[in-house]
Amino acid sequence: MKIINKFTMNMYAKSANEGFARSCISAFAAQLDPTLEELNDIKTAVSEAVTNCIVHAYASKLGKIYITAEIIEENILRIKIRDTGCGIENIELALTPLYTTVGGERAGLGFAVMQSFMDDVKVTSRVGKGTTVTMKKKILPRITVNG
Amino acid sequence: MAVEIKVKGEVVTAYLSGDIDHHSAASMREEIDNTIDCNMPSLLVLDFGGVSFMDSSGIGLIMGRYRALQKLGAKLHITGASPQIAKVMKLAGMNKLALIN
Repeated sequence: MKIINKFTMNMYAKSANEGFARSCISAFAAQLDPTLEELNDIKTAVSEAVTNCIVHAYASKLGKIYITAEIIEENILRIKIRDTGCGIENIELALTPLYTTVGGERAGLGFAVMQSFMDDVKVTSRVGKGTTVTMKKKILPRITVNG
Repeated sequence: MAVEIKVKGEVVTAYLSGDIDHHSAASMREEIDNTIDCNMPSLLVLDFGGVSFMDSSGIGLIMGRYRALQKLGAKLHITGASPQIAKVMKLAGMNKLALIN
């Protein structure tokens, strides 16, 4: 698939950056002329993936989150969110709705939100090395009605 | 201020505003819980009218308050959710816990 546009960024895995990551993705995705609902879906999915890096991958240390977003052929937005944190032992279990390894008030819905709001979500992980979440969403072309 | 709280008799209304994510949820939680502890309401209204964005951290916020209210025998109402917030709530099945309008 041909890449039409691309941006990469990295940031400290600090919760104050969650909103910043959403804003960056939003601004980039705007090129595809998404509807407000599509844009909100993307922002919510990114927020979940970034939060996972902060809460899970780097629970005990400050690390970096690497984000790549690409616009590829057929109006598809592809977002890759990578960390070099603790990794996921059992991806299938981690993807189970309501499953969470941390106490407090995490609902265990992060991956469920990503899967529900994006067209495709892939998770690769190696324990002790880190995790990469790749998400895709096709932005449907708007139908213009004249007169 | 991300939460403004009003107490009227046994009803506590928390007006939430801004983005609700993992970063902002902690301070909102603290403020609402302090008011619940002090006032022991029979009804908590969470008003999302001023909330511009919410991810699943907001679900944790709602579920945690729901559990605290259950111990008091109190009810939870959710109001003012935008379509984006309603979509996250629906995915999480929040309509089973609280009256949403």
